[in-house]
Amino acid sequence: MRLALFKAGDLLIATLLAASCFGSFYFLWYQRGQASHVLLYQHGQLVKRWPLRLDSQFALHGPLGATLVEIRQGRARIAADPSPRQYCVQQGWLSRPGSTALCLPNRTAITLEGDSGHDSLAF
Amino acid sequence: MTRWHSDPPPPATTHDLQLARLAAIGIALSLLESAIPSPLPGIKPGLANIVTLIALHQLGWRAAAWVSLLRIVGAGVLLGSLFTPGFWLSLAGGTGSLLMLGLASGLQARYFSLLSHSMLAGMAHLAGQLLLARLWLIPHDGVWQLLPPLMLSSLLASMATGLLTLKLLEQHPPCQVKPLP
Repeated sequence: MRLALFKAGDLLIATLLAASCFGSFYFLWYQRGQASHVLLYQHGQLVKRWPLRLDSQFALHGPLGATLVEIRQGRARIAADPSPRQYCVQQGWLSRPGSTALCLPNRTAITLEGDSGHDSLAF
Repeated sequence: MTRWHSDPPPPATTHDLQLARLAAIGIALSLLESAIPSPLPGIKPGLANIVTLIALHQLGWRAAAWVSLLRIVGAGVLLGSLFTPGFWLSLAGGTGSLLMLGLASGLQARYFSLLSHSMLAGMAHLAGQLLLARLWLIPHDGVWQLLPPLMLSSLLASMATGLLTLKLLEQHPPCQVKPLP
């Protein structure tokens, strides 16, 4: 293919778009914030907001029984759940902000929250 | 003057015919493309955009909009995906890329060719789709995690279709409107 087909501005735009593409990989995939808190939900209601740096265990109560949430070494997981297909248990440890484990039959869920934004809330 | 059913329909203009021809080619390309297996949903070459680019180049923005929208609806009818989420995503992408093409037509033809139009429209297509997905289909910020790989594939695909269109237009200089027999 002859090079004269496209023009100088095309190269400029291609470079800019390629740069923003790599930028999106960098900012969205590589350099994501650390998760700081875990949010525990029961019947769609937020029942607890717990810092990930404190190891702990909680039980959330739903229509099928108790969902056990475990928090250890800055990560959180559903350790046990009575839901029949065990999807939320199989998700394993969550460590990224925004990741969620949802135990739909038991109507319980956990979500990790990033450290951006909420660092100066006072209760 | 009253027009009756038995009257012959008003003759289609050559502009209409050319537009319909391009839209038909676009639908054919869409159907062909749907048969190509894709590693991930949402990643496909977008061959039908060649037709939109040719329409933009030869007939102007309004014709490109017609060709693109006819193609989206036509392919939706033939693939049986009319009014499914996939159809709306396609429509959102098409609208985004058409708006961008309208803006990009203002670029100096001396420095920018169809390739720029193609790449910018590809990005706007992706933006339209992701925005609709975020607002309606998956109202969760996790959608943005899809951006990097989709952006890469979109950039590569729009470069490829842009170069293909340039090559096509080079080999077949703007076809004169042929009246049908």
